[in-house]
Amino acid sequence: MADRKADPSPIDADTFLEGLWRENPVFVMLLGMCPVLAVTNSVVNAIAMGVATTFVLLASSVLVSLLRNLIPKQVRIASYIVIIATFVTITDYVIQAVSLTLYNALGAFIQLIVVNCMILGRAEAYASKTRPLKAAVNALGMGSGFTIALLCLGSVRELLGAGTLLGFPVFGENFAPWVVMILPPGGFFVLGGWLLLFDWINQRNARKTEEAEVARAG
Amino acid sequence: MTTDVQTQPSTPGTAMILTLGGIAMLAGLLVVLVYHLTMPFIEANRQAALERAVFDVLPGAATRRDLRLTEEGVVPAAQADGGRRLYAGYNADGGLVGVAIPAAGQGYQDTIRILYGYDPGCECIIGMAVLGHKETPGLGDKIVDDEDFHANFDGLQAEVAPDGDGLRHPIKTVKSGEKDDPWEIDAISGATISSRAIGKMMNQSAQALIPALKANADQLRQNDGG
Amino acid sequence: MQAESLGFIFLNAAIVNNFVLALFLGICPFLGVSGKLDTAWSMGLATSLVMLISSVCAYAINSVLVNFELEFLRLIAYIAVIASAVQLVEMSMKRFSPGLFRALGIFLPLITTNCAILGLALFQTFREYDFLQSVAYALGAGAGFTLAIVLMAGLREKLELADVPSVSQGAAMTLMLAGILSLAFMGFAGLGGH
Repeated sequence: MADRKADPSPIDADTFLEGLWRENPVFVMLLGMCPVLAVTNSVVNAIAMGVATTFVLLASSVLVSLLRNLIPKQVRIASYIVIIATFVTITDYVIQAVSLTLYNALGAFIQLIVVNCMILGRAEAYASKTRPLKAAVNALGMGSGFTIALLCLGSVRELLGAGTLLGFPVFGENFAPWVVMILPPGGFFVLGGWLLLFDWINQRNARKTEEAEVARAG
Repeated sequence: MTTDVQTQPSTPGTAMILTLGGIAMLAGLLVVLVYHLTMPFIEANRQAALERAVFDVLPGAATRRDLRLTEEGVVPAAQADGGRRLYAGYNADGGLVGVAIPAAGQGYQDTIRILYGYDPGCECIIGMAVLGHKETPGLGDKIVDDEDFHANFDGLQAEVAPDGDGLRHPIKTVKSGEKDDPWEIDAISGATISSRAIGKMMNQSAQALIPALKANADQLRQNDGG
Repeated sequence: MQAESLGFIFLNAAIVNNFVLALFLGICPFLGVSGKLDTAWSMGLATSLVMLISSVCAYAINSVLVNFELEFLRLIAYIAVIASAVQLVEMSMKRFSPGLFRALGIFLPLITTNCAILGLALFQTFREYDFLQSVAYALGAGAGFTLAIVLMAGLREKLELADVPSVSQGAAMTLMLAGILSLAFMGFAGLGGH
């Protein structure tokens, strides 16, 4: 069988960086929303979820890339799902072994990493078409972008909703926490807020580039 | 990225089955491996968490025995399969401090799980700990560590009815500040529903189990490490 | 734990602890498919059907796994069963109701990655529901999901004609709307008489 999945392009900084900003899985591609809203009610939970998802993304991307020439086209989605589910199960047990409190805080969303469309999407669109090292670097970038997005939400929600960051009180005793921020509606509002900010920045940049081009043409 | 221009010959069924089978076996192997590696740690964590909760609701307890309440009475957990789980706590001298009973019920938002301690000697509840909940942060979640609320459970009366069927006085949650009788619980103001939920599930559990526990108090006091 | 009545489970899953607005499950299709009322309805119904089938299969599989003490295979088994259920629904819809199949188009395969379905299977397992309770739970979850997505579609269709700052159009606005809906649904807490 011809090695139809050879990808000669080099690994560069962009391989890692594109997952952080330009193709940020949460803010740009709008993937993997469920955990972003559910486990960002505190910074600790956000980081833990980010790390767990990055591990699953990395491990499954590498394995999918290693096996990419062996998996027939028709059964690829099923194979990817089984691989992802395996690493999610592993992550589930490791977290339980490390900290039961963290496990209870993250709840079912650890197991729900398996249906995070970001991981399956990356496996299908990227990892299955490149060599393992490049897939790994890209996975790390995507995972970091995802974790950063989780952190953005987690810090705002914990700060406003409980007055703490990582459990340390930031405001004084008289701070009346904006409780709704830790509750479901708060998740929606804060994510909407961040998207608003991103959209505004992108629109402003697009306008500036446009104006610059018009100025250059004129 | 290269594009597939030439048509692929259709993959024979055997290749598909072999691939899926192979991946499934690899997956299974990995999972089983990690499962066995992590199980001892997970068990240790669970036991530690349980023991913390049990000693929390049985003040002064130093050792614990896992028991089950079945139709034949109180038996060591290892010897029975069915029945209700209980945890007896003993102080440093081996005397019975009380028995910790798990209970659960619907709170304001979702299920609340608690553990409460019962002392057959004083026929009273001696402690309560919330194991899991999804109540409103800042309001309903005060049931977890509000000191005044928890003072309710330090000697809450749970006397068995004279005819042995249930409690003499049902455990009840009353409005904050209106506690008159020793079998009443003062609700947390601002968290009435969550407080009531605790009282309700405790009452339900107590009515069902405490008469049997009182009757089997001698078996509970047996601390022969069984 | 006290046995929960079937009606209570249904109401709880549909409204009080709505899968989308309270439990954050099924957000991807919720954001992506709630543009038009018709597609929202179809997606909601298709998802409810898959939920019901998956719930029943998950219950059966879990009984088998517990019997043989193979709980660690649960996740892999569940996701396999969900993918198969979606495939099944797709094939039977193609055969028995081609019109509906064409209307749903690409949405059907997307249901596989709908975290609401896996979430449903996992929650019913954690809560140790028996068969009838699981069915009630699945029906409630499907109803709740459909309710949320249809509500959102109705709102968004109306908003298309309104004068909204261009920056917030799209996902940002949908999320703000979802937040308000979620806030509203919080008012249902305690429904079911406790």
